[in-house]
Amino acid sequence: MLRWRGEDDGGTRLAASLLFPAAAREEKLMKNTTPGYRRKEIIWSLLFVTPPILGFLIFGLAPLLTSFGLSFMSWDMFTPAKFTGTDNFQYMFADEKFYKSLYNTFYLLLGIPLGMIIALILAIMMNRPLKGISFFRTIYYIPVISPIIAVSLLWQWLLNYDYGIINEFIWNVFGVQGPNWLGDPNWVKPSFILMGLWGGVGGTMVLYLAGLQGIPSSYYEAAQVDGASRWHQFKHITLPLLSPIHFYVVVMGIIGTFQSFSQMYILAADGGPEYSGATIVYYIFQEAFKYFNMGYASAVAWVLGILIFIITLFQFRFSKRWVYQE
Amino acid sequence: MVKQRRLIHSMIYILLLAGSFIMLGPLVWTLSTSLKSQQHVFDIPPQWIPDPLTWLNYKDVWAKAPLLYGFMNSAIVVVTVLTIGLFVAAMAAYAFSKFDFPFKEGIFMALLGTMMIPYSVVMIPQYIGFSELGWVDTLLPLIVPGLFGNIVTIFFFRQFMQGSIPTDLIDAAKIDGCGYFRTFTTVALPIVKPAIAAQAALGFMGIWNDFMGPLIYLHTPERQTIQVLIASMQSNYISTSNYPSLMAASIVALLPVVIVFFMAQRYFIESLAITGIKG
Repeated sequence: MLRWRGEDDGGTRLAASLLFPAAAREEKLMKNTTPGYRRKEIIWSLLFVTPPILGFLIFGLAPLLTSFGLSFMSWDMFTPAKFTGTDNFQYMFADEKFYKSLYNTFYLLLGIPLGMIIALILAIMMNRPLKGISFFRTIYYIPVISPIIAVSLLWQWLLNYDYGIINEFIWNVFGVQGPNWLGDPNWVKPSFILMGLWGGVGGTMVLYLAGLQGIPSSYYEAAQVDGASRWHQFKHITLPLLSPIHFYVVVMGIIGTFQSFSQMYILAADGGPEYSGATIVYYIFQEAFKYFNMGYASAVAWVLGILIFIITLFQFRFSKRWVYQE
Repeated sequence: MVKQRRLIHSMIYILLLAGSFIMLGPLVWTLSTSLKSQQHVFDIPPQWIPDPLTWLNYKDVWAKAPLLYGFMNSAIVVVTVLTIGLFVAAMAAYAFSKFDFPFKEGIFMALLGTMMIPYSVVMIPQYIGFSELGWVDTLLPLIVPGLFGNIVTIFFFRQFMQGSIPTDLIDAAKIDGCGYFRTFTTVALPIVKPAIAAQAALGFMGIWNDFMGPLIYLHTPERQTIQVLIASMQSNYISTSNYPSLMAASIVALLPVVIVFFMAQRYFIESLAITGIKG
């Protein structure tokens, strides 16, 4: 299995064991105690995990490193690439569009807590032995599976300023003209959040429902005996015991929001009014595939990647303080 | 007490029902719009049940845009990536969950690490690479990376296999002279069928609904996936305010997913819950 097997050269062996301590240990193990079938098993196992390793190297690691190199270059794919040092980053930190797209992306994070609150309320309502619950669960889940493009086109029509059914509803109920959802820079992001809530609440709800069903009823019974009110039970039993799910939803929500693109492509053509609907990924997409600034787009992508990494890392560190572990 | 509970239950029903209207309303409205004739679309008050009802919009989009190609292209990507990708992922998960081999933990952690890399970081070098190969405007850039096994799927399968495949069973197969590969196909695969079904359902949604990748690579209308075609509807095939036709196109893109969802919904909701709790 290992290349230096058989050569009795102490130097190579030592160097190899320094470089690959685990392999050296395995080597020793194999030589002394490993029967033939076990060696075969190891070879087969390695064969079985080879495709994902290759995939990781070809489509993950190699592009990652290339992208890092590109971010210090200027390249339009037609003329030869030029090394430009930190020019891309200097341009980025002076570009108003970059800050706007960054701000827009952070703004959209507001949808996460809103979605969690609604989903939790729904899950608590559904966590009862009622007839037809699975029917409701299915209905709330349909928007989750619907293709984002079809959903965006549908919302474009719902949010239409003059004829959209939402403004029609606002006019009929409140007697006022509804906002110009997708045409007014102040309303574009709330429109995205609204649409995101509609499309995402069902998924979070199902997670919470599973979490609620995992809480032993004896905890509530004990609390009742101690005279805890409904609110106290919720605050001190339900919420903390659901914390792994809060954590999962927040982490995945942030990663997802930071990568949102398709809705913006449909509903905010060219970034929307005053670039109010562009996210970072939308900005990267425009730079790369509209203007073919491959180097600059890579630089922005790296900043985004680092941002996501830092935020996720921070969350995992911070999670020890509030996520309940069994 | 009983009375109070009954009151709470009926209130919950009313609230959930109201919520259902909000959830289904937009979809019903889309369907309704797609069945209206152009001159009735802007009627005030809006009609929920179209009168007269017409199928013309569906014929219209079907004739104007190469939707059949879109369907075929999406289907080709979904079927190839799922059959090969899921099999490969199951193989890797089998090795990770049931055997020891050098660097096992390190390899697994490295693979998990790829989950942290945002698509937008790797998409530019990938695009450059694929255009060097002359693969732009073909389905290959969407298919080939999916054949190597997705780490989320591997993770899911691994969790499932650790719990559901008894090591004794593998040993028994071994004693009976069953080789590694045959043990995998005849012992492991049948046991993990439910997990495969769940990942197939989720994978179908993910690939069918994928937009950014297909948008970057596919330019000729006959080579585009259904989502890219639908997205370019307004700019290429119908007038901007032709909402009935636009909604008809949306329904066409939506229908396969909804059908698959109803066929496989048990797997969906279960697998989502499993990933959520254990992931």
